[in-house]
Amino acid sequence: MIQARLQKQFPAGRDSTAFSLDVEFGTSSGVTALFGPSGSGKTLMLDCIAGFVRPDKGRILVDDRILFDVQASIHIAPRHRRCGYVFQNYALFPHMTVRGNLAFAAEMWPRRERHRKIADMLEKFRLKDLAGRKPHQLSGGQKQRCSIARALIGSPKMLLLDEPARGLDAPLRMELYSILRKIREEFQLPIVLVTHSLEECFELAGEMFVMQAGRIMQSGSPSQVCDHPANLEVARVLGIYNILPMEIRTLDPSRNTSVLRYGDFDLIGEYYPGRLRGDRVHIAVSPRQLKAIPKEGKLGPNQIPAELLRVIEAPDTARFEFAGDLAVEVTRVEYERNRYAREWAIEFPVRSLRVL
Amino acid sequence: MQIDWFPLWLSLRVAAIATLLSICIGLALAYILANRSFRGKEVLDAAVTLPLVLPPTVLGYYLLVAFGREGALGHLYESILGAPLVFTWQAAVVAALFHSAPLLIKSARAALESVDHAYERAGRTLGASELKLFFRVSLPLAWRSILAAIALAFARSLGDFGITIMIAGNIPHRTQTVAVAIFDAVEAGNGQTARILVLVISAITLLILSVANRLGAGFLPVRQAAR
Repeated sequence: MIQARLQKQFPAGRDSTAFSLDVEFGTSSGVTALFGPSGSGKTLMLDCIAGFVRPDKGRILVDDRILFDVQASIHIAPRHRRCGYVFQNYALFPHMTVRGNLAFAAEMWPRRERHRKIADMLEKFRLKDLAGRKPHQLSGGQKQRCSIARALIGSPKMLLLDEPARGLDAPLRMELYSILRKIREEFQLPIVLVTHSLEECFELAGEMFVMQAGRIMQSGSPSQVCDHPANLEVARVLGIYNILPMEIRTLDPSRNTSVLRYGDFDLIGEYYPGRLRGDRVHIAVSPRQLKAIPKEGKLGPNQIPAELLRVIEAPDTARFEFAGDLAVEVTRVEYERNRYAREWAIEFPVRSLRVL
Repeated sequence: MQIDWFPLWLSLRVAAIATLLSICIGLALAYILANRSFRGKEVLDAAVTLPLVLPPTVLGYYLLVAFGREGALGHLYESILGAPLVFTWQAAVVAALFHSAPLLIKSARAALESVDHAYERAGRTLGASELKLFFRVSLPLAWRSILAAIALAFARSLGDFGITIMIAGNIPHRTQTVAVAIFDAVEAGNGQTARILVLVISAITLLILSVANRLGAGFLPVRQAAR
């Protein structure tokens, strides 16, 4: 269990703007994902926990052991924190073999236990046949496994991973996810994962923190966060929504409806409690919930005409990009059926319009 | 014509001892400068660089004062070893040390700094002490350029004149190093001796420098393979 409150200021430098980290969080055992754009302070948080960076204020507790506390002026050195850290470039010692790398980390154990620990890890992470190789003779996935094994051999109290899936292709990512799931089950320790892939959050994380500019904007399970982004910024950071400015025209609680003005069109939405008529709001709509329809004659209810700019095809979906920053995702089947239509309309299902 | 080779042997011996000393002191300082951040780090760096830019006679004067029979270091030296330091060949070692150590510290610091910090960080999270990190990670990863730095330092410590003449003097067959002997020979109108010594010392230094360059050049590919 990690509990932390961290504050750290970086004044503006010659080639950097000022930055401040100010977060408070707790994690349980299981995977916690730090999700956010580059420069939002995710890696800085890991570095504070690992002890590479000394926060200005706050405290860090891991399993009721104080690793850092400004008031009590406690700052435990990184090497005494028992914190497994998997670095972005793996940071395997290039002059040592796989076994050498593990042995380096195993030296904290009594001599007669080391050999068993190393053999155990080589076995568990399928590195037995590679034990004599140097890191430059390993593939990306093998390096990844080796660096995770090395981080775990000292039985750390927590495992920190800095963008572990970066630079891995799809099959290797899947393999990594299954390894991490196994670790989650087998080793009872909190795992903190820095990522900017939502896919990774859904695959692994019980909880995710959405980070932006050194703050935690929202926390919760990945599906909670994605279904109910707390505010405009979270929705933007998640990057899975169309975000549209609209104005509330009417609100009718008795029929649970409202009318929203979008450009020159009126759209019907649900009733939005706590909003007033005339409010200008941002509406988040997932591209999957919108419908792209070939326009034939008159527009139906909740449809607006739209100018198709381009289509981006994916293995089982197609993404239509319309003028005005509107994206709609359709299945391959739908796409094949309608691909030659010349004019398009977008339909906004009533329940898809979510006020931020 | 008879050439006195004593100054050359003395210089080589002085340079070897000075280099050994500057490896011990210099590498430690270089590691601290490369890996630690503390108040006054840049002041320390400047102090270490100072001997590179100060006129050797100025440095020699400081050392003469510090190591003279009235100086604190001189007292300490005499109380430990029982004889004064100045105007002995050991003083030439001190001179060579001050002449060459800054170069070693500077280049070893650069070599250590070019080792990716991720390795040192990784080592720390794995529970390694600073000593273990230095000997098992930093040094093995930077050894080629550190060796190059040591070669450079050795070459440089062969060549000191100013500091040596101030604190070791010019006593033939006692403290007369090559650089001093050449000066002496020219002064005495002994052109032939001067020419031969000049050529020999140039050849030795050139050889050392080319070895150092080789070592330094080999460093880059090692680092790239590490990535």
